[in-house]
Amino acid sequence: MKSLEELRELREKVEKDMQMRKETNKPKIIIGMGTCGIAAGAREILKAVMEEIDKRDLDVEVTQTGCIGMCEKEPLMDVKLPGKDRITYGNLTREDVKRIVVNHVINGNVVDELVIARLAE
Amino acid sequence: MKDTIYRSHVLICTGTGCVSSGSKKIKHELQDQLADKDLLDEIKIVETGCHGFCEKGPIMVVYPEGVFYCQLKEEDVAEIVDEHLLKGRIVERLLFKEPMTEESIPSYQDIDFYKKQHRIALANCGKINPESIEEYIANNGYEAAGQALTSMTPQKIIEEVKNSGLRGRGGGGFPTGLKWQFARDNESDKKYVICNADEGDPGAFMDRSILEGDPHRIIEGMIIAGYAIGADEGYVYVRAEYPLAIERLQKAINDAEELGLLGEDIFGSGFNFKLNIKKGAGAFVCGEETALMASIEGKRGMPNPRPPYPAEKGLWGKPTNINNVETYANIPYIISEGSEVFSSIGTENSKGTKVFALTGKIKNTGLVEVPMGTTLKEVVFDIGGGLTEDKKFKAIQTGGPSGGCIPEGYLDLPIDYDSLIDVGAMMGSGGMVVMDESTCMVDVARFFLSFTQNESCGKCTPCREGTKRMLEILNRICEGEGKEGDIKLLKELGEHISETALCGLGQTAPNPVLSTIKYFRNEYEAHIFDNKCPAGVCQELASAYTINKETCVGCGQCVKVCPVDAITKGDGNYYVIDDEICISCGACEKKCPVDAISQG
Repeated sequence: MKSLEELRELREKVEKDMQMRKETNKPKIIIGMGTCGIAAGAREILKAVMEEIDKRDLDVEVTQTGCIGMCEKEPLMDVKLPGKDRITYGNLTREDVKRIVVNHVINGNVVDELVIARLAE
Repeated sequence: MKDTIYRSHVLICTGTGCVSSGSKKIKHELQDQLADKDLLDEIKIVETGCHGFCEKGPIMVVYPEGVFYCQLKEEDVAEIVDEHLLKGRIVERLLFKEPMTEESIPSYQDIDFYKKQHRIALANCGKINPESIEEYIANNGYEAAGQALTSMTPQKIIEEVKNSGLRGRGGGGFPTGLKWQFARDNESDKKYVICNADEGDPGAFMDRSILEGDPHRIIEGMIIAGYAIGADEGYVYVRAEYPLAIERLQKAINDAEELGLLGEDIFGSGFNFKLNIKKGAGAFVCGEETALMASIEGKRGMPNPRPPYPAEKGLWGKPTNINNVETYANIPYIISEGSEVFSSIGTENSKGTKVFALTGKIKNTGLVEVPMGTTLKEVVFDIGGGLTEDKKFKAIQTGGPSGGCIPEGYLDLPIDYDSLIDVGAMMGSGGMVVMDESTCMVDVARFFLSFTQNESCGKCTPCREGTKRMLEILNRICEGEGKEGDIKLLKELGEHISETALCGLGQTAPNPVLSTIKYFRNEYEAHIFDNKCPAGVCQELASAYTINKETCVGCGQCVKVCPVDAITKGDGNYYVIDDEICISCGACEKKCPVDAISQG
């Protein structure tokens, strides 16, 4: 370590992985992973979400939730931006995930035709 | 390092406490389960150091939610993987339950035990992987050392440490900045810094936990100290009974050397620093600084008279700065946050926080770090959750074998160096043993004195002979052979030893005896004059048990557990105890389903 800058560069590189363990106010993606969700392909949706986050280098928290009773509309995914309504999307495919991540998570525009519920903050 | 992002981090505590309650097995099971479910690419397993809540081990924390699972068994892992990691449903039954309210608390930060703590020295313990220098750096690690070496003069650093008000955390409470100043002012071609990790107080394990859970913090603190006093070499003196601490510290030193954070020309500042580990054989007296240095030099671990102080003539006759583990752990925080932030925490003459090893008859035992000035009551009842079996609080013993017992009347005492000394106890390294009504204070004094007596190195007469005589008197009192004048003699001997012993071990050894005489004199008197042990601990004095024949239901369970066959069937449907045979062990009392048995 020949300079303080060198340390800071290294920190920037390793910091991202640690973000998860800090209390933050960052966008949340919640995926329905009840038995119904998994049967309808939620694992694929989850993987697609992770790929998008990875590809676009996003700072987003991904969690899962159990069955919320709308099994027919599975796979379900909620997006909750800080200070905004929680939006539930349903009947998702891998392609839909891409759209939601780009339009909603990154640019803040809800993808209306995929929305099945809104939960006011 | 893998570049893809994980969606979840599962932290498993692999501190010594959790390892002994089986956390390694939990980790392997988790690894197998994740592999089975094809989740290894999504979920990262991180081994961490101690969370401080060892009693509830093995401990697991799942991020991003921060859910805290405790007392896990191997068979619980499958459920966590299936329910939580796959389906996102928190496994309710494995959460921590607050002892006062029986309420399940999912989140780490909301548990009373943690909520009331303020963690500086333990900030990273349980949160990062101690074997990963990257995780330490990601949490701002080595930034303080970088700033110190590249933009601060040694004198400026010493001023910061002085202004912070930091005092030695090993027990003495000497102002750290002043100590550094002395070492800096003594000119020499060679100087040393030493980290005292010879933690020996029974029940204290904060130093071990920091070394195991966040070893880089100590290295960073020592680099800063070395630069400040002008030393290019350091030693960490750690007892060989701490194998995991040694292993992790050695790995940390190797990793720091590899990144050039130890070695030559650190941060391009021209400052060189080398760090060695010296394993101690575990003698209590080697925690005394002059004895510790003798031990590093390969001599027998015995103290030497001071002055000369180590800052003048220390290791191999060179100026040396020696601080405790926890003291060094505070240094990076002071440098990066500034002395003002640090000194805003605590009381007027005791700044910052202190780590205590909370143990004894208390519900939540473990390591707690609280701001100076927190009251004993807050520690015992808010953080500790109160006494086990809701028994009555009797006393709290602070400062390990050198400390004293503080009675109930002082529960509102704000804890700092001076307030504890005022009531006849001391901070020590931070042991805190809670005692309830079933504890005999004479027996407690005897226990601690027998420890120091055993560990006396024998160099000076007051300690070698004096503590022995005191122990003989205490043994006599506990065996019912106490004589009039014993209390006076104990006090006299104790005060002499305190004044004349060569080192801190001897000077403080009588403390447990003197403080119990001060606050619990009536118990000594009961032993000596009434031949009674009020708490029923000292077997020779304990009175026999009796059975209340009105309450007795004649179930006969007491007969089965009596080890000396003192219980027989009475004339009716009840049992009686022969007080000639009874040894007052209390086994029958515990067994009785209707509470018909009592002492005396």
